[in-house]
Amino acid sequence: MLPPGALIQHTPQGLYCPAADAWIDPWRPVPRALITHAHADHARPGSQVYWAVGSAAGVLRQRLGQGIDLRAVAYGQELRLGDATVSFHSAGHVLGSAQVRISAGGETWLISGDYKRDADPSCVPFEPVAADVLITEATFGLPVYRWRPGQEVAAEIAAWWKQAPERPSLLFCYAFGKAQRLLAELHQLGLNEEVLLHGAVQTLMAPYREQGIAMPPTRPASELPRSEPLAGRLVLAPPSAHRSVWMKRFKAPQTGFVSGWMAVRGARRRRGYERGFVLSDHADWNGLLTTVRQSQARQVYVTHGQGDVLARYLREVEGISAEPLSGGFAAERGMEGEDLDERQKPEGQEAPLEKAGEETPG
Amino acid sequence: MHAFCNLFECLDRSSGTKARVAALAAYFSEAPAADAAWALQLLLGKRRRRLLTGRRLREVCLGAAGLPEWLFDACHAQVGDSAETIALLLPELNLPAQEPLDLPLHQWMAERLPALAALEGEAQAQAVLQIWASLPPPQVFVFNKLLSGGFRVGVSTGLVTRALAVVSELEEAELAHRLMGGFEPSAAAFTALLCPTAGSEAAPISRPYPFFLASPLEPERLQADDPAQWRAEWKWDGIRGQLIRRAGTTFLWSRGEELVNDSFPELVALGDALPDGTVLDGEVIVWPAAAERPLGFAALQRRLGRRSASRALREACPAAFVAYDLLEAGGRDQRLQPLAARLQALGQLSAAVQAGAADTIKGCLRLSAGLPLESWEALEPLRSQARQAGAEGLMLKRLDSPYLAGRKRGHWWKHKLEPMELDAVLLYAQAGSGRRANLFTDYTFGVWATAGLEPAAGSVDPEPAAGDSVRIEPSAAESRPRQLVTFAKAYSGLSDAEITALDRWIRRHTTERFGPVRAVEPLQVFTLGFEGIQRSSRHRSGVAVRFPRILRWRQDKPAAEADTLAAAEALLEDG
Ligand SMILES: [Zn+2]
Ligand SMILES: [Zn+2]
Repeated sequence: MLPPGALIQHTPQGLYCPAADAWIDPWRPVPRALITHAHADHARPGSQVYWAVGSAAGVLRQRLGQGIDLRAVAYGQELRLGDATVSFHSAGHVLGSAQVRISAGGETWLISGDYKRDADPSCVPFEPVAADVLITEATFGLPVYRWRPGQEVAAEIAAWWKQAPERPSLLFCYAFGKAQRLLAELHQLGLNEEVLLHGAVQTLMAPYREQGIAMPPTRPASELPRSEPLAGRLVLAPPSAHRSVWMKRFKAPQTGFVSGWMAVRGARRRRGYERGFVLSDHADWNGLLTTVRQSQARQVYVTHGQGDVLARYLREVEGISAEPLSGGFAAERGMEGEDLDERQKPEGQEAPLEKAGEETPG
Repeated sequence: MHAFCNLFECLDRSSGTKARVAALAAYFSEAPAADAAWALQLLLGKRRRRLLTGRRLREVCLGAAGLPEWLFDACHAQVGDSAETIALLLPELNLPAQEPLDLPLHQWMAERLPALAALEGEAQAQAVLQIWASLPPPQVFVFNKLLSGGFRVGVSTGLVTRALAVVSELEEAELAHRLMGGFEPSAAAFTALLCPTAGSEAAPISRPYPFFLASPLEPERLQADDPAQWRAEWKWDGIRGQLIRRAGTTFLWSRGEELVNDSFPELVALGDALPDGTVLDGEVIVWPAAAERPLGFAALQRRLGRRSASRALREACPAAFVAYDLLEAGGRDQRLQPLAARLQALGQLSAAVQAGAADTIKGCLRLSAGLPLESWEALEPLRSQARQAGAEGLMLKRLDSPYLAGRKRGHWWKHKLEPMELDAVLLYAQAGSGRRANLFTDYTFGVWATAGLEPAAGSVDPEPAAGDSVRIEPSAAESRPRQLVTFAKAYSGLSDAEITALDRWIRRHTTERFGPVRAVEPLQVFTLGFEGIQRSSRHRSGVAVRFPRILRWRQDKPAAEADTLAAAEALLEDG
């Protein structure tokens, strides 16, 4: 738990900085929200004023409403909020994602939000930031999670697509972030054939194109004339479309799923996709450790996923004071701190006990 | 091994039957016979000896990795499998690079793996590490699996047989027959298996016929038929067996193709009394000679658990063979004869045995009697008497049916009793393994019992996984305190969506943890179905159920309205 009187406090609305009178990624409406990125579990509607990086504005407005009061800042730009100095630093997670740095009273805290350390042609690379106290995510906080470079995985995906010219290739991935990263990675490989998109992916293309991210040409699958053959086409769709009515249009497709969770065989098999490709927009085990070390933080708090494992490792092996931020935090966060594997609601059905939120990224 | 690992990966991920058969056929036609033979053995899921335990592999990995044990265990909990956990953690070991190793599968299976197992201590650890360093990660996984005896491929024998049929151009049924009774993984055996001309002379005398299996009844398919064309029998609650007498030797095979001669010496004695060249299909069951009906499955289980049966056990639980088909007579295959003719021959054979054999043997052979069935309307009333007869339902067989291999619908139907049902409360959950690692899928349920019956002083048994326990009802509103007594464990029956939702619920309503087991708030009610219920002194509830499974998640029902132990006892078969 965060100590009483600390720069950042834990409140029912989420992480709160009294000095700045601002909440970071609050899960309930607040007067002033600092948003690390536009994924649904970090950016929620209803707050009076939002602060976020300029390149996140497009997606944020799309998701929270065009009329929100959004104050755009640049990476690294220092803001004076109350008694605190606040700045946003690239997190390398998705377009416009940021870590939030807050200083007041001679102390600096860094809230990582979601981040990754691997190269991603669809967003600005991660910036290491030093702080006294670090609040880091640990979605993939186990040493079994170790990513290969995105280009290698993209080449694997391209090979999978190309070896099945007689079938449509349906590739499932999170609509915001992962889909655009895949497109940008394919573009880097020199593949510039038109890729078809599910509607959920399509709506996120404009913000990326506006930021000048180089991607192959794309078209909503729904706009393709019925007469045009689908065999040999690559189609990107969110996991919620798997086994849905939408899929009926594609005859005998091969299916793949792109996610960090696909590193584990059990998770691969349970999902029922033919192929699992291991590509994540979160840091892997080494990425987490590197980030903690580079922050030089004397105190680390861990949220999301394997918080207790990473914290214990930092304490016992790295000799860094670390604790999981658990309890209400993980629970309020929705499913992120809870179930590691099935955060996505089961395809096409509502889970009976709990309303699963919008897709959360893996 | 490279080709075999590719096959494994291909089977592991593609769900389409066509693609799987094609991958298998491609492998079998390209692999050298010695490798194909081992691959076949592995694909058929024939249990391989465990050469090294998963625990030993873990020890070797930890010794080299400098990883804390608890961290390995946290990884294992996420992955659900030691072999895979190690394969994923391998980069953490920073092993010195080795020359890549690609030995043929048969060399691994016949030489390298047994040699590794024969090593000890540090020498063994070093040898394992060297192999890990010389294999690409997917092969490390397969290697670990082969070494620890846990290698499984989710592919049915039927599918493998089909692929072999494609490669050899033999009939699937012929191949199924040739594969019965075990397959020795040698190049010669594989070549003989696919040989177009290999006749029955080449077959080992122990080889059983593939069992013909019944399908669950589809009543609408019977309506057009005259009931007189059908034979009704009880569906016995034992294990399917094939009793073979050939060349002066007796073999008793279970449906799982295990030779169970040692467990049932009295049935071997019965086999010895059969004429040479005889094969019977029937049910192995515990049935005292003078009794009107067989004892329950629990009695049979006592016999199955033993490698050899003591005299006392044989007297307490005497085995019988309830014959219902004759597959071979006078050394000739009878399977294409119509059922009516086979049954007639079986009757004559039985009469001859009963006339000539010793008294101790006579009681061991019973015939499964035909039941009167004048009309289809009589079917349900007949089935409802199954429990009194000590059976689990009805069998319906067309009198003109041949004895086919495997499950071919239309000739034989099974019509089991509806399962018994009780509503029980979820008490404990444990993560599954394999496909379900990482999800809570193994559940323990309780029913209400009046407090005071139980020895425990209220709180939770610290080892719920191993046995049974008691939980006091949280609300003390009841005038007489009641408590939940563990009653059954069940795994299957929920949809994937329900499993996911329940998993989430469990994580949020955990009250205590005991290693991998979580106690949860006793709030969720499930309807459990089971095939039978018997008294058991080993269970704290005093009863044991057979084949428990989840039928429905009763989200509409409060825990207080779940069933009681008294309701369970009312279902007791001896009650
Ligand atoms: Zn995110
Ligand atoms: Zn997140």
